[in-house]
Amino acid sequence: MTQSNVAEQPALRPHAEDAFADELAALADVDDRPRPARWRLSPWAVATYLLGGELPQGRVISPKYVGPRRIVEVAVSTLATDRALLLLGVPGTAKTWLSEHLAAAVSGDSTLLVQGTAGTAEESIRYGWNYAQLLAQGPSREALVRSPVMRAMAEGMTARVEELTRMPADVQDALITVLSEKTLPVPELGEEVQAVRGFNLIATANDRDRGVNELSSALRRRFNTVVLPLPESAEAEVEIVARRVGQLGSSLDLPPAPEGFDEIRRVVTVFRELREGVTEDGRTKLKSPSGTLSTAEAISVVTGGLALAAHFGDGVLRAGDVAAGILGAVVRDPASDQVVWQEYLEAVVREREGWKDFYRACREASV
Amino acid sequence: MRASAHEGAVAPTTCGPARDAVSQGGPAAGPLLLGVRHHGPGSARAVRAALEAYEPRVLLIEGPPEGDAVVGLAGEEAMVPPVALLAHAVNEPGRAAFWPLAEFSPEWVAIRWAVRRGVPVRFIDLPAAHTLAMSEDLTMSEGEGEPPGEGEGEPHEDGEEKPHSGGEKEPHREGEETVPGGPHGGGAAGDTPPEGMQRAAGHQEIRLDPLAALAEVAGYDDPERWWEDAVEHRRGGHHDPLAPFTALGEAMTELRAVHGDGGHSQDLLREAHMRLRLREAAKECGSAGTAVVCGAWHVPALAELEQTAVTADRRLLKGLPKVRAEVTWVPWTYRRLAHRSGYGAGIAAPGWYGHLFAAPDRPVERWMTKVAGLLREQDHPVSSAHVIEAVRLAEALAVMRGRPLAGLTESTDAMRAVLCEGSDVPLALIRERLVVGEALGEVPEGAPAVPLQRDVERRQRAVRLKPAATERELDLDLRKDTDAARSRLLHRLRLLGVEWGVPAHSRAGSTGTFRETWRLRWEPELSVRVAEAALWGTTVYEAATAKACSRAVEAPAGTLADVTALAEHCLLAHLPEALPVVMRVLADRAALEADVGHLAQALPALVRSLRYGDVRGTDAGALAEVAGGMAARVRVGLPPACAGLGDEGAREMRGHLDAAHRAVRLLTRDASCAEGGEGLLGQGLAEEGQAGEDRSGAGLLSGWRGMLRTLAGRDRIPGLLRGRCVRLLLDEGCLAGEEAERLMSLALSPGAPPGEAAAWVEGFLSGGGMLLVHDERLLALVDRWLTGVPAEAFTDVLPLLRRTFGQFESGVRRTLGELVRRGPAGDGGRAEPGAGAAEGLPGFAPGLEAARAEPALETVRLLLGGARAKTGAFGEDESGPVDERREVRI
Repeated sequence: MTQSNVAEQPALRPHAEDAFADELAALADVDDRPRPARWRLSPWAVATYLLGGELPQGRVISPKYVGPRRIVEVAVSTLATDRALLLLGVPGTAKTWLSEHLAAAVSGDSTLLVQGTAGTAEESIRYGWNYAQLLAQGPSREALVRSPVMRAMAEGMTARVEELTRMPADVQDALITVLSEKTLPVPELGEEVQAVRGFNLIATANDRDRGVNELSSALRRRFNTVVLPLPESAEAEVEIVARRVGQLGSSLDLPPAPEGFDEIRRVVTVFRELREGVTEDGRTKLKSPSGTLSTAEAISVVTGGLALAAHFGDGVLRAGDVAAGILGAVVRDPASDQVVWQEYLEAVVREREGWKDFYRACREASV
Repeated sequence: MRASAHEGAVAPTTCGPARDAVSQGGPAAGPLLLGVRHHGPGSARAVRAALEAYEPRVLLIEGPPEGDAVVGLAGEEAMVPPVALLAHAVNEPGRAAFWPLAEFSPEWVAIRWAVRRGVPVRFIDLPAAHTLAMSEDLTMSEGEGEPPGEGEGEPHEDGEEKPHSGGEKEPHREGEETVPGGPHGGGAAGDTPPEGMQRAAGHQEIRLDPLAALAEVAGYDDPERWWEDAVEHRRGGHHDPLAPFTALGEAMTELRAVHGDGGHSQDLLREAHMRLRLREAAKECGSAGTAVVCGAWHVPALAELEQTAVTADRRLLKGLPKVRAEVTWVPWTYRRLAHRSGYGAGIAAPGWYGHLFAAPDRPVERWMTKVAGLLREQDHPVSSAHVIEAVRLAEALAVMRGRPLAGLTESTDAMRAVLCEGSDVPLALIRERLVVGEALGEVPEGAPAVPLQRDVERRQRAVRLKPAATERELDLDLRKDTDAARSRLLHRLRLLGVEWGVPAHSRAGSTGTFRETWRLRWEPELSVRVAEAALWGTTVYEAATAKACSRAVEAPAGTLADVTALAEHCLLAHLPEALPVVMRVLADRAALEADVGHLAQALPALVRSLRYGDVRGTDAGALAEVAGGMAARVRVGLPPACAGLGDEGAREMRGHLDAAHRAVRLLTRDASCAEGGEGLLGQGLAEEGQAGEDRSGAGLLSGWRGMLRTLAGRDRIPGLLRGRCVRLLLDEGCLAGEEAERLMSLALSPGAPPGEAAAWVEGFLSGGGMLLVHDERLLALVDRWLTGVPAEAFTDVLPLLRRTFGQFESGVRRTLGELVRRGPAGDGGRAEPGAGAAEGLPGFAPGLEAARAEPALETVRLLLGGARAKTGAFGEDESGPVDERREVRI
């Protein structure tokens, strides 16, 4: 199916296994290490695919995931030991990206995907029915509509579940049988689908989101958990924010703001400091607010500031344009976060060289 | 006495009996050279196997020869590793070096093996007498004030000289350095030997790490990991017990052929000494009956015994400086073996190594089970299935990383993913409890006195305070040098848990910030305390500093007041080096403290410390910064914390508010003065220019007043607190009379619930009713409100009012009564509100009679002026702080 799609007209966003088909093939060529059943590559080669590297013939594999090596190694080893993998992290930490590439490298197919939403029904994990056929012929295999998970089990592939915690709890629980018994009974037909070797499941979840359905401990126990960290250095994060803001800005027809780079750095600094609970110079500890303060939020603060500057200001991003946005991102819980923010303003921002305008803007926004 | 104490434990010095085994299977010729990695469990196992296979008749170990006298103690049951061999200069306990040994240290295994079998053990490294003498940069670790140690401490008469006194007592040149006032462990990073003598941080020499070099050749970036893979994880296999040593020896020979001494220039001396001792032992017991356990790095140097001339070695060792050194055992901890504790032996994971050494087989499985046990103890549900999966993941990771066996890194990754659900929080606990471990060593009673004991005695002599079993009271005048030194010593000892002196209330009742009263009594068990405290350092100062730092760092969360008290103690004991650490912890705790009450409680002690910092000449900059920061946090945190409080909560909060207010006033005392000085805070921050400008006392004070104003005017705040804020503002003089009147009238207006209004009155009037006497407008307001309270509510507010007015002095109460009888109520409301002052109060003339007041004023002026001239900064409100200070210290 994906093949035909590519042939007819290029997809807006091709699947990982298609976009990097040549790298995967090159890796498969040189890979002489033992492969677990139905894996396209050995664990070592999967890790190389994700982290990048150079193959013996000089073929360069581009890095797909930039971050600690440990993360990828643990993730691949988990899949190799037949355990389900749970990728946790705040938005914008490349959970989905990593899961897609893992599935592509391990099974050569990243499309067996269940998207978790509040409306996800049990059918999307187990199976549904083609009702026309069901009514016409009664329950039969032909009338059965298999879910991605069921297909993965039958074919020994890697299934993916996105945003696991957004699913209702009872739907989540349907996964327990799948993961522990490795079987999916179909009582209507009096049969079951047993997973063949090679089947595995990668789930992603957002660990600091409010209003989600916590995983039950029974389900949690069946996963190995890998927490994806936020960007390690401020520079890297500024880079990500600036790039993303640039992209968003151009699609919203906002003017580019080269002078705003300082402001972006400031926003990222504030976010990082509050998130980590310590100032950049490592000298002062801080309370952390209840919000996530993810990179994604920093991006939206800056974009919002740009819009303000463009439409109501002189087009230059200034402290005043981002102050309100920051306040909104930081103070989620008016009681406790307000104190956190005030303390931060008084103890850190106020004394920082060259941040006077920012301090003033924030004070004004707070009132 | 000390000699007799461990006489029984002295190890044999002559050769053990020759055994058949020796002739059978010793190494080709020459001594058995067991090159090890210090603190390597694999090395330890290999050493044990080799010793058991070859049964040497004499065992030589890399360590200070002075240790020969106490090595016998190692065989006693009461000796439990981790322990450290401690060498110190007799006359200068601050010069010391440690050789820590854990149960997985090859040296310890070898010593135990030999002592238990009656095989003599000798230490062959350069004598500590020389190495300690070389540590020139050593200071007394006392900056000032402390009189230099008078009295040399009579030479100790334990005449039994080092039992090894072979031929080579020549002094040696060069030596190792010790950190000023700091003991330190040696490198586990392979073979940077003698454990105790690790170089100070600022050391110039660039030293080659032999293991790193080997690891690099093998393609590893981490020498620890290479060593684990190449040596530690090769278990089992009943092959030649010497094989690992031969292989490592060869590798080291290659390495030294390339790198020479690798920058370890002192090693040449040490190795010369080792060779001399080795020759001597070989002569006595036969080459084949001699075994040497030393860092692998030295093996090549010892192997060329034949090629090196005895005379050359002797020449090298000629003329080295010397001090009188003594050696004893002290208990050690795993934590101190670890990197991060500063004095560490440089082992990142003593607990893990101990586990590897102790586990008979399946180290990873056993480790995971241990971890699961710990997590279950902490109510973290971990099933056996978890353990199984963790082990599987660790092994899969090891395979993927191409390692022979899962090591600590793999285990940690697996623990994080499976047992800890990706979280680092339980992982930190595991690191603390298991990876580093909490083992604490023990030393038998017979061990010679520790240097700390010596130092205590020296200090006691220096400040002329004799320990006596009878109790006596001691008054100290801190303005005198000797008394100040005494006070410091007593405070430091208290910090170390040696309660020789206990602060007491003075009988004489003489008070002053410069006075201290102590109750002294030396109990015999205090000597035991001193011995226990030896773990912390070799001098009182150093030990107290180390202990204070550790207490601060390890103080459990939510104990802000404890840390504040500790900071105060550090100032009293004059521990300038500990203070920054404590302050740092304090600032961190304050930042994370969510309960404003705790902050408000901690603030007064801190501000007090700041004042005494002045008296005692301590640098108070850091303190001022922390205090200022904390005050700012209290200011930010108070308004939300005050909202919606119940009666009880409000009452408690009022206490905090008052305390914090006093502290802020003290902190910014001079800010409101005409000169616009900056108070205590300003002094501390003056150098910092801009910071001082931003967070000056004046800034803080105006912010604080602003906060009080906000509180006073906010409806959700309980009446008690609102009233209190108005009063504080009024006393500050930043609330005009009319404004206070307006606020009061607002609070007491008919719409306000009577209970709330009564609470307001209580808050406003607590701490003195003179205000009402002097401001009739306020009195009239109260009066009008009271008469307006409906009958049914009156019984409710009555207890509150009684409590409020009951606190007034009887004179005030009477005057108030008279005023009310005569006053506004009786007149049916006075026309002009300000009239009261002009007409005079009952019993008072309308104005001040200058002539009659003059003598009294003169006396007061004299008192104030005189006191100020004499006592300087702390003369102003002397009795106040003294009382406060007592509360804290007792």
